[in-house]
Amino acid sequence: MAHSQPAAGGMASLPALLHRNAKEFGSAPAYREKEFGIWQCWTWAEAEKEIEALALGLINLGVNEGDFIAISGRNRPYLYWSMVAAQSVGAIPVPVYQDAVAEEMAYVLGHCGARFIIAGDQEQADKVIEIQDQLHQFEHLIYLDPRGMRKYDHTQLHEFSHIQDQGRAAHDELIGELERRCAKLTYDSTCVMLYTSGTTGKPKGVVLSNRNVVETAKNSAEFDKLGREENILSYLPMAWVGDFIFSIGQAYWCGFCTNCPESADTMMTDLREIGPSYFFAPPRVFEGQLTNVMIRMEDAGALKRRMFHHFMAHAKKVGGRILDGESVGMMDRLKYALGDLLVYGPLKDTLGYGKIRVGYTAGEAIGPEIFDFYRSLGINLKQLYGQTEATVFITLQPDGQVRADTVGVPAPEVEVKIADNGEIFYRSPGTFVEYYKNSESTAGTKDAEGWVATGDAGFFEESSGHLRIIDRAKDVGKMADGSMFAPKFVENKLKFFPDILEVVVFGNGKDRCTAFINIDLNAVGNWAERNNIAYASYQELAGHPKVLGSIQSHVEEVNKSVAEDPMLSGCQIHRFVVLHKELDADDGEMTRTRKVRRVVIEDKYADIIAALYDGSGEISTTTEVTYEDGRKGSISATLDIRDAAVVSAMAHKVAAE
Amino acid sequence: MLDKSESFVTEDGRTIGGVVMEMQNITLRFGGVVAISDISFDIREGEIRAIIGPNGAGKSSMLNVISGFYVPQEGQVLYHGKPRPQMRPYEVARQGIARTFQNIALFEGMSVLDNVMTGRLNHMKSNVFQQAWWKGTAEAEEVKNREVVERMIDFLEIQHIRKTPVSRLPYGLKKRVELARALSAEPSLLLLDEPMAGMNVEEKEDMSRFILDVNDEFGTTIALIEHDMGVVMDLSDRVVVMDYGRKIGDGTPDEVRNNQDVIDAYLGVSHD
Repeated sequence: MAHSQPAAGGMASLPALLHRNAKEFGSAPAYREKEFGIWQCWTWAEAEKEIEALALGLINLGVNEGDFIAISGRNRPYLYWSMVAAQSVGAIPVPVYQDAVAEEMAYVLGHCGARFIIAGDQEQADKVIEIQDQLHQFEHLIYLDPRGMRKYDHTQLHEFSHIQDQGRAAHDELIGELERRCAKLTYDSTCVMLYTSGTTGKPKGVVLSNRNVVETAKNSAEFDKLGREENILSYLPMAWVGDFIFSIGQAYWCGFCTNCPESADTMMTDLREIGPSYFFAPPRVFEGQLTNVMIRMEDAGALKRRMFHHFMAHAKKVGGRILDGESVGMMDRLKYALGDLLVYGPLKDTLGYGKIRVGYTAGEAIGPEIFDFYRSLGINLKQLYGQTEATVFITLQPDGQVRADTVGVPAPEVEVKIADNGEIFYRSPGTFVEYYKNSESTAGTKDAEGWVATGDAGFFEESSGHLRIIDRAKDVGKMADGSMFAPKFVENKLKFFPDILEVVVFGNGKDRCTAFINIDLNAVGNWAERNNIAYASYQELAGHPKVLGSIQSHVEEVNKSVAEDPMLSGCQIHRFVVLHKELDADDGEMTRTRKVRRVVIEDKYADIIAALYDGSGEISTTTEVTYEDGRKGSISATLDIRDAAVVSAMAHKVAAE
Repeated sequence: MLDKSESFVTEDGRTIGGVVMEMQNITLRFGGVVAISDISFDIREGEIRAIIGPNGAGKSSMLNVISGFYVPQEGQVLYHGKPRPQMRPYEVARQGIARTFQNIALFEGMSVLDNVMTGRLNHMKSNVFQQAWWKGTAEAEEVKNREVVERMIDFLEIQHIRKTPVSRLPYGLKKRVELARALSAEPSLLLLDEPMAGMNVEEKEDMSRFILDVNDEFGTTIALIEHDMGVVMDLSDRVVVMDYGRKIGDGTPDEVRNNQDVIDAYLGVSHD
């Protein structure tokens, strides 16, 4: 049993790994952050000192063992240190989504009963102050960026650097206590608690032990041969398990450098400057970049454009095969090398993928065309399948066996089984300890033998042994005539079009499918500019007849492709509407990791869905929106409902109609 | 009334100092047109002072008098208690006054960084040859000034457009770049000419935040002209209201809001 294993190499906790790194390669870079236009660097030895000062400061402030310390802000070294410092004083770090509105934050902070909160800036601090009446256990808030905070009442507020200064000043008195607390950390102590975003219901606090994190980091690092030389860019939400594993788990296990961007908006520039060797992004990022490349190529000169398309066509033919180590003819290889010199190389460099050795995407299915685009450039982009409860990894694609439609083989030491109803179960050293204060859900998800239900439906492909995910088990349904309804399948096909950002397909239990579509403001806006179409707002652009026309042609194209699949041909979209607002996590329509919450959307837009099915040509609706600062407003609009041509796949269906 | 040199602490804990600039009976004429007639008011150190009024009330002219660009035919401007002589714009800048413009006046072809760097011009001593050849103190000076500029870029959160040519930026961001340029001169008095004009609600909120932060962080005295009454009332410590070149109100936002003349000027009065 995995549970009886001793800690890997005697490294039972993050502080222990930190100490090892500082001792063995103390002068190697551990953290970089761009500030004031320059990359600032901290070595492992320096990072250890900073973390120690903070830990001492936390003890000085009165942090007890077992306390919860919430951490909220954008990716910054200081906040990563906060997590490790929290652990080294025996407290439990709880990173929360920084873009969560105050109510969401109130729930999480109230649920774990955080006594201390470390906030990135005034914006985060303001949210806590707004909800502090609801937080009975909250005592102190530590803020990182002092800007705008001077006038605040400082009885409960403390500046990060002051806490560190106090820690340094009290070094001699408190170091004994810190060492005592550190020594008590075992493989089974809680490493971190992460709240799952959850497409349904309230977030649940997933408790992960040191064993979960360290074992997972070790196994996954060995799988991809990650070493000390890697560089990663940490830009994904700190509250998301993936970021915790990449930027802390694997970074501490391997001893590689974590780079933090200057701000969320500069991520692409910083990505290019760092040129990470190990990179993770949700499909959305890759889609966005591809859309950008395509838009920019439209604007490029004729020669460049022709060169781009010529060599991309060649890359599509042989690029993926070369990457997988298959045999490719001499002439093709030569041409690919020339393409690399002229197109692929410069393009990869512009995108920031020049040095990438291993890249992963997960979270959502990625469009095969998008996936193949990056792989054909020679970027070793792979897919993984995982979830918070598994400490990320369930399956991974090994080098050379990468395909767009599967998610790979079980990760090292992970067992996977498929239940009779198609649901995927797993058991691994990364399997979470429990849902905090929710034994009912824990029992419902994890059985006595440690098998965890994923809630996803899938199957192992016989030919390759790779896992294929069909959809969320609960989203797969049946149409009125009994044929299978798999919304994701259709949505993903539509989302490949650069001008479509998000799609929600309805049809469970109905006689035909309909869809909500969000346009991509970036792509459509650029198109509008080039075609001299004036627009004042997202809403106006989304309702423009020409935009609707082009979306309609995409829907019809997808219908044709869906019709080719005999099992799913019933999922063709008969009618659709382009929504007047973007689906937004602030309105609860998506999770913070940008997964669509179907139930919320079905409920909120019931009037539009009704109109999609009753044959009306347009619908007037008013929608409540939540602004970033939590205030509410509303948008009213009259939306055009369009009919799309469908292809009748099976003759008997036509006869039946 | 407070004495001119007296300072006090506001409700939100800021210290407002003595009078730094005083307008005494200013009258400004363009030919036969009287743009400003017999206006007096003062600006105290560390406060946010707004000048409001309907279109054509003479607000921008007033700001130009404060900045020294227009010289009034009558009356005088006291700066730190001394009458101010006629000055060239660069002399005004050296006195610690910086401004932004209603119709953005940036160097369109230059990057944001270069635009903001121009705000440091008065702090650079090396000559054009030293700068071109990177000789003498030029390098050290550039580094020093770049640091100030980077702090402003960080402060105004425009890192992502640092290297973008200004001509490619949307209006709201250009306004912010202009503010960054004015701030990088490290002024003691900052003049803002309609900082929120043409902005949407969100941009206005951002800009308000920045104005308050500038005042709070750097203790900069700010005089601003603004149309949006809501913004003005929220931001300023004291407000001067102008109408047809005359001053019709002066006081805290609350006092001004209840002033009948001001209400009439904004809402109109019936003449029957």
